[in-house]
Amino acid sequence: MKFMIKKIITLVITLFFISIAAFLAFQIIPGDPVLSLLGMEATEGQIEAMREQLGLNEPLLIRYGNWVLGLLKGDFGLSYHYQIPVANLLKDKFPVTFALAGLTILFMFLSAFPLGLFYARFAEKKIGRVFQIINQTIMAIPSFFLGIIITLIFGLLLKWFTPGKYISYTESLTGFFGYLIAPAAAIAIPKTAMIVKFLQNSVLAQRQNDYVRTAFSKGNTENRVLYVHILKNACIPVVTILGMMIAEIMAGSIVVEQVFGLPGLGRLLVASIEARDYPVVQVIVIYIAATVVIVNGIVDILYRFLDPRIRVEA
Amino acid sequence: MKKKKILWAGIFITGFFLLILIVSFFYTPYPPNSMNGKEKFLAPCWAHWMGTDNFGRDIFSRVLAGLSTTFFVGISVTGIGAVFGTILGAFTGYFGGWLDEILMRINDALTAFPSILLALVFISILGTGKYNIILALGIIFIPSFARIVRGEFIRLKELDYVKSAKLMGAGKMHIMFVHILPNAMPALLSAITVGFNNAVLAEAGMSYLGIGVQPPDASLGKMLSEAQSFLFSAPWYVIFPGIVIILLILGFSFLSEGIGS
Repeated sequence: MKFMIKKIITLVITLFFISIAAFLAFQIIPGDPVLSLLGMEATEGQIEAMREQLGLNEPLLIRYGNWVLGLLKGDFGLSYHYQIPVANLLKDKFPVTFALAGLTILFMFLSAFPLGLFYARFAEKKIGRVFQIINQTIMAIPSFFLGIIITLIFGLLLKWFTPGKYISYTESLTGFFGYLIAPAAAIAIPKTAMIVKFLQNSVLAQRQNDYVRTAFSKGNTENRVLYVHILKNACIPVVTILGMMIAEIMAGSIVVEQVFGLPGLGRLLVASIEARDYPVVQVIVIYIAATVVIVNGIVDILYRFLDPRIRVEA
Repeated sequence: MKKKKILWAGIFITGFFLLILIVSFFYTPYPPNSMNGKEKFLAPCWAHWMGTDNFGRDIFSRVLAGLSTTFFVGISVTGIGAVFGTILGAFTGYFGGWLDEILMRINDALTAFPSILLALVFISILGTGKYNIILALGIIFIPSFARIVRGEFIRLKELDYVKSAKLMGAGKMHIMFVHILPNAMPALLSAITVGFNNAVLAEAGMSYLGIGVQPPDASLGKMLSEAQSFLFSAPWYVIFPGIVIILLILGFSFLSEGIGS
C-alpha cells in the first residue's frame, strides 16, 4: 500500500513536469498566436479584444494554471488552423489511435509468447539459430516500411484489403477493425520480435537456477520443466518491457497512421506541425506522454503483485 | 549463433556500408538529382541496378546519397548524445548528491516521451531540415547515454583500483576520465551502436512524414514516402531504399550484440 501511494505520487509529479515542459516549449515560439488566429488584417481593437478573451494578458503562471485546469475539464483551447475548439478536432481521432494501439498489443501478446517459448526450447539446436537470425532481421525492419510492404503484398497484389479506403467505426465496426489489422500488424511484428528475444533471454537465464535442476532431478520432462516451472518466472521481467512497448507503439502509430491513411492522433499531429497549429500539437503531445506515463505506472504496480519477492522487500 | 560470429557479421555488414559510403563520395553511377524524362520507371537492369524513379533518376545513386545523409545524421546525433551524456553521467555518477537526484528525475520524465514525439516537438518549434533534426535528436539522446554512463561510474568507483588511485593522490578529474572511463567503454560502445540505430530509425521516420530532412538533401525515408505513390507500378522504388535501411540497422544491432558480450 505504501508502495502504491509512493508510485502514484511519483506519477503525478511526472505528469506535472510533462505539462510544464509542454506549456513552456510552446511559449518560446516566435510569433503572436492572436495574429495566427485573426490573420494579418485584424485591427488593433480586435487584437486587444481577442487577447483579453484568450486570457493572454495574464501573467505566465496564471496562464499555465488556466491551461492545466482547461485540460482537466476537457477544454483544450482553439485550433489556429481550423478555428474550432481542439476538443472537437480530437474527439473522433482518439478512438482510432486507441483501437490501433489496443489491437497492436493484442497481436503482440498472442504471438510473442508461443514464439518466445519455441525459441527458448530450441535455442541450442540448429533451427533455434536460424530462428534467431530471422528474429534479429525482423527487429531491424522500420514499422512504416513494413506497412508499405504489407500494403503492396496484401493490399495491391492479394487484394485482402483496399489500401487507403479507411472505414469509420461509426459506419461499420467490423469494417473498422478489419482495416486496422494491417497497420496493427505493421507496428506489432517488429516489436513482437523484440519481446520474443527478451523472453528467450529470460528463459535461458532462469535455466541456470537451482530450482530447474531440482525439477529435472525429480524426473520431470524437458517440456514440463519449461512450461510449468520456468515459464512462470520468466514472464515476470517481460511485464516490465510492456511499459516501454507502449511508448514504442505510440511512436509507431504516429508514422504508420500516415502509411495507411488512418485519421488518428498521429496524422493530426503531423498535419498540425506542418500547419504550425500549436494548440493542437501541445494537446496531442501531452496526451501521448500522459498515456505512456500512466500505463508505465500501472505496469510497475502490476509487477509488484506478480513477483512476491519484490512485494516482501517493499 | 555464437557471439563471436554475430560480432563478425556486424563488422562485415557495417564495414561494407562504410566502404560504399566512402566510394560514393568520389563516384556515383549518375548524379543523384539528374532527371531524365526518357528513362522514367525503368525496372532494375544493368545500367540502373535499382531501376529509376518517377523523374528518371537513378535509384542506386540516390540511395548512396541518402545513405551519406543517414550516416551524417546518425553519427552527429550519437556524437552529441554520447559526449554530453558521458560528461553528465560521469559527474552525476561519481559525485551523486542532490544534482544527481534532480537530473535523474528529469531523465525519468524525458524517457516517458517516445523519442520521435519529442523530436516532433523540437521540430515544430525549430522548423524542419537536416541540422534541426540533428540538434533535436542529439538533445533527446543525451539522457539515455547519461543513464548508462552513470550506472557504470557508480559501479566502478567502489572498486579497489579506483580506491588505490585515490590513495596515491590522483585528482578527481584524473580518476574519472583516465581510470574509470576506459572501463566504462564496453557499455558505452554498446549504447553508441544502439543509439545510432535509433537515430537512423527516427530520421527515416521523420523524413518519411515530410518533417525531417528536406530536399535537396537526399534521404532514404523521404524516398520511401515518394515511392509509396508508385507502389504498384514501380515496386523496386520502395523496396531498395527499405532494404538498405534494414541492412544498415541489422549490421549495427549485430555489432551491439557482439560488443555487449
